[in-house]
Amino acid sequence: MTVRLDEQTRGDFPILARTVNGHPLVYLDSAASSQKPRAVLEAMAQYYTTSHANVHRSIHTLGEEATELYELARDRVQRFIGAASREEVVFTRGTTDGINLVADALGRTLRAGDEILVTDMEHHSNIVPWQMAARDRGVIVRAIPLTRDGLLDLDAFDRLLGSRTKVVAFAHVSNVLGTINPVAAMCARARAAGAVTVVDGAQAAPHLLLDMSALSCDFYVFSSHKMLGPTGIGVLWGRRDALERLEPTRGGGEMIKEVWIDRARWNDLPWRFEPGTPPIAEAVGLMAAVEYLEKLGMERVAEHEGALARATVEQLSAIPGVTVYGPRADLPRGAVVAFTVDGLHPHDVAALLDQQGIAVRAGHHCAQPLMRCYGIVGTARASFSVYSSSEEVSLLAHALAALRTEL
Amino acid sequence: MSPATPVALYSDAIRERWRRPHFRGELPDATAVAEDVNPLCGDRVRMTIRVADGRVAAARFTGDSCAICTASADVVAESIVGRSPAEAITLTSEDVLTTLQADVRPTRLRCVTLPLTVVQQALGPRS
Repeated sequence: MTVRLDEQTRGDFPILARTVNGHPLVYLDSAASSQKPRAVLEAMAQYYTTSHANVHRSIHTLGEEATELYELARDRVQRFIGAASREEVVFTRGTTDGINLVADALGRTLRAGDEILVTDMEHHSNIVPWQMAARDRGVIVRAIPLTRDGLLDLDAFDRLLGSRTKVVAFAHVSNVLGTINPVAAMCARARAAGAVTVVDGAQAAPHLLLDMSALSCDFYVFSSHKMLGPTGIGVLWGRRDALERLEPTRGGGEMIKEVWIDRARWNDLPWRFEPGTPPIAEAVGLMAAVEYLEKLGMERVAEHEGALARATVEQLSAIPGVTVYGPRADLPRGAVVAFTVDGLHPHDVAALLDQQGIAVRAGHHCAQPLMRCYGIVGTARASFSVYSSSEEVSLLAHALAALRTEL
Repeated sequence: MSPATPVALYSDAIRERWRRPHFRGELPDATAVAEDVNPLCGDRVRMTIRVADGRVAAARFTGDSCAICTASADVVAESIVGRSPAEAITLTSEDVLTTLQADVRPTRLRCVTLPLTVVQQALGPRS
């Protein structure tokens, strides 16, 4: 009999041994930020203890070791996401940073009347940078609406897509609904219309086996800290020709080949987009996280988390007064389940659950346009990672069933 | 889950004010109105206030908000009545928490202060 993924991994996450308010911690907020396995913590400590120096320009042993580790992290990420080459992997500070980088650079190529398509289910970080790119240029930001099932309305997408559409930016997996969007099909339609595609993979990279060649988007961004790695680093993947067409918008050391007082020549990919001292220890931590996930196998991770999400939808839907959002239980879903409790504000739900050691997210989840679609202020949200267990789902369901009498 | 009854999350005063707020509503003859949101959670509070003869004659609140924020709004609407606008905007979160016989964690302090901010917007110097 195969060992359950949470049984196999739980001991690797020291934080899960602690108690909260007198109860064992039930951490159901991994979509906001996952916990870190010992392998990641130790890799970073080891790096700082033995090999730290600045990368790329230090001609001494420590500088060489640090550079080697930093660039090795890039190779590991390349393999993890199925990128064609290491030059396509740019380290950023996170998903938000990656989207801003692309939006800023693409924005400069847009003209009045051009359109940027986002969706009604986007995180604010995939809306606001596009508003900023559109601002003062007469560029219009439009949103693909949702169906009643919490899926993207692809017929509406086809109607919105036109010769004016220059960019289509959307989430691979919704951070609220858990909807898994058909990236490859959407990118094919966008490309046929001549639009550049930017995919927010923040909730997909921790959960799904990624293959950049199969997704066929132009840009794909994600964060380390949601996939067992440290905060402060993320990845922008860009198809080589798409990255080559992108003019850097941030200058500094490392992103140049030669500098004169009045001009500069850009460095090669990927360093062209990495000005300044990068997050080196964080890259080392991300490498350890990626290796940890690869050892588990991302198909197994997706299956484990998907089963937990399905069980949560089923158990929570059966509780009177609880409303679950997102695709039906039989449809594919990421590792998140958003819900509300009649008569209780999401923050009060989260605070009550916290009293029992259960950590869930509550609020608008940085998706206010989506909240407006549903006519709600916010929701509570349970989310899962490799260490989450079906027992924790049951604890949540039991606590919720008892909740309405407690406040 | 252990059936042990947890210590009440919120004070009786908060729960009472949240369940049965005395000052929820909208004043049709308001002389000052303001509305704001808590960027952390999207909670929204709107205050309608009637000032007559240099004093707050009445105040009502509406909005989508959590128990703490609702209770705070109710206390704020009650507390500013009879005060001059200049006095009303000096009401503090400590005053509100004293009335609510409660202490809140730092993450929830904004739930207490949102109604105060709205009153300051309605009655403050820039209004």
